[in-house]
Amino acid sequence: MKSVNAQINAKRKLKIALLRALCGISAAFTCALVLFLLVYILAKGIPNLSWGLLTTEPSYLSGTIGILPDILNTVYMIVATLVFVLPLGVGAAVYLTEYAQNRRVVAVIEYAAETLSGIPSIIYGLVGMLFFCQFLNMQTSLLAGALTLVIMNLPTVMRTTQESLKTVPQSYREGAFGLGAGKWRVIRTVVLPGCIDGVITGCILSVGRILGESAALLFTAGFAHALNGFFEGLESAGATLTVSLYVYAKEQGEFGVAFAIAAILMILTLLVNLLAMLAGRWFKGRQKP
Amino acid sequence: MKKQTAFENLIHGIFLVLGLITVGCVLLITLYLVVAGIPAIRKIGLRDFLFNPKWASTASEPSYGILPFILTSVYGTAGAILIGVPIGFLTSVYLAKLAPAKIRTAVSGAVSLLAGIPSVVYGLVGMMVLVPGIRGLFHIPDGASLFAAIIVLAIMILPSIINVSITALEAVPKEYEDASLALGATPVETYFKVSVPAAKSGIAAAVVLGVGRAIGEAMAVMMVSGNAPNLPELFGSVRFLTTAVASEMSYSGGLQRQALFSIALVLFLFIMLINAALNFFLKRSKE
Repeated sequence: MKSVNAQINAKRKLKIALLRALCGISAAFTCALVLFLLVYILAKGIPNLSWGLLTTEPSYLSGTIGILPDILNTVYMIVATLVFVLPLGVGAAVYLTEYAQNRRVVAVIEYAAETLSGIPSIIYGLVGMLFFCQFLNMQTSLLAGALTLVIMNLPTVMRTTQESLKTVPQSYREGAFGLGAGKWRVIRTVVLPGCIDGVITGCILSVGRILGESAALLFTAGFAHALNGFFEGLESAGATLTVSLYVYAKEQGEFGVAFAIAAILMILTLLVNLLAMLAGRWFKGRQKP
Repeated sequence: MKKQTAFENLIHGIFLVLGLITVGCVLLITLYLVVAGIPAIRKIGLRDFLFNPKWASTASEPSYGILPFILTSVYGTAGAILIGVPIGFLTSVYLAKLAPAKIRTAVSGAVSLLAGIPSVVYGLVGMMVLVPGIRGLFHIPDGASLFAAIIVLAIMILPSIINVSITALEAVPKEYEDASLALGATPVETYFKVSVPAAKSGIAAAVVLGVGRAIGEAMAVMMVSGNAPNLPELFGSVRFLTTAVASEMSYSGGLQRQALFSIALVLFLFIMLINAALNFFLKRSKE
């Protein structure tokens, strides 16, 4: 091996070292960037977090700002979106892997899903406003926002469910059919329990996207800060954390509050990522016993 | 038995409807954008709408030219690609081929965190760090500019580029690399002269995906680009296609509102083109 190395001339060696260094520097730069963002946001945001901020609503009388309504709106938004997107996404995935026989139909559906995942959120927001708020007359409401997010997250849930359906061994299905079960029974008892991994992964990814979404919600869910219960909240306008961050930073110049929200979002993003990683690892471990 | 078949057919039907729902959504979005976007274009005139460099929607004699937005979006995306792709590409080569397992796990975690950060948070950091930084560094009155937007976009597209490139690089058959190593090339030479060319369709797909992400981003860009409808200048205040829609929607009415829908339609056409390119490269990289 040493003699081979000796044959490599200096110019070639320099080139190799340079390429390797460039790769390393780029990766280090990416890491440094993430670290900077994380430290900067937490350092700026955490000092602004207070119990009062987290547990009150904004009050013009006392001139205080509270983000409890925004936190609740975010939770409502996540719950409402998942309630709709899970059955739709799982159903679509089941159709693709279990029922669809025409390859052209499958290709069209998959192309549509890819198209959906490429459409920018501002366009979702616009169409959501036209269709849900105006055409279906829901006005600017959390429900209209949630339904818009359902369309956005549909491809994600569909894809993760599809992936996990593919790992259900064909022999399970054949065994169930062999015992005389009908197609629906096979799906209900064999296929659906097998795709729970994918559904959970899809859930986690969707929660991450819903947490971070703002452009699609600006015109569908609005930016009110009223404190509401779940069903009441769905019918009225409300800002999620991201939207209120935008409003506080850009429109009102309340940077302290904006950074506090950013810190919360950052911590939640970290949690979501951690969950996704753990889930992925756990499911992988379970697949090969 | 007959009842059983009828029941199975019903279930089949239900799943068929669920399966077709994505297609329905795409059709719905397309339909709404076309129906909402065409009237203003017809009133303003296609050529005037696309190539008139003046946007003054609230003036007494309004002018609806979106050339500044189109150019800004194109320049901004190009700039983000120019900065983001080299960094993302080299990072992906490092992660896919050079990095030890432990570092790889750590850096991949960092990259997926980067992908998960909400765009308004990028916007906020851009507003508070980048914009004052640019103002001080280049001695200009306001740092909110195309340049700030380009940097934010370059950072935001990094995760897409890195992840897709890694997948492409890992799919290169090991035999190719073994053959190159056996012929006396060093590992680094092998990665750049054998693995990268073999993965070029996948890497192209990564770049196209980055283009799509950059051109579609709205909130982060809105917070750092200044938002004046000028023809693009690197250190001038600019407005993108996405931010043009977002910034006037809340108070618009009449032709102005219709024109905003037309802008969204133009943006949608850009995205459809990019999607088609993405599909082309993804298909080729699979073969």
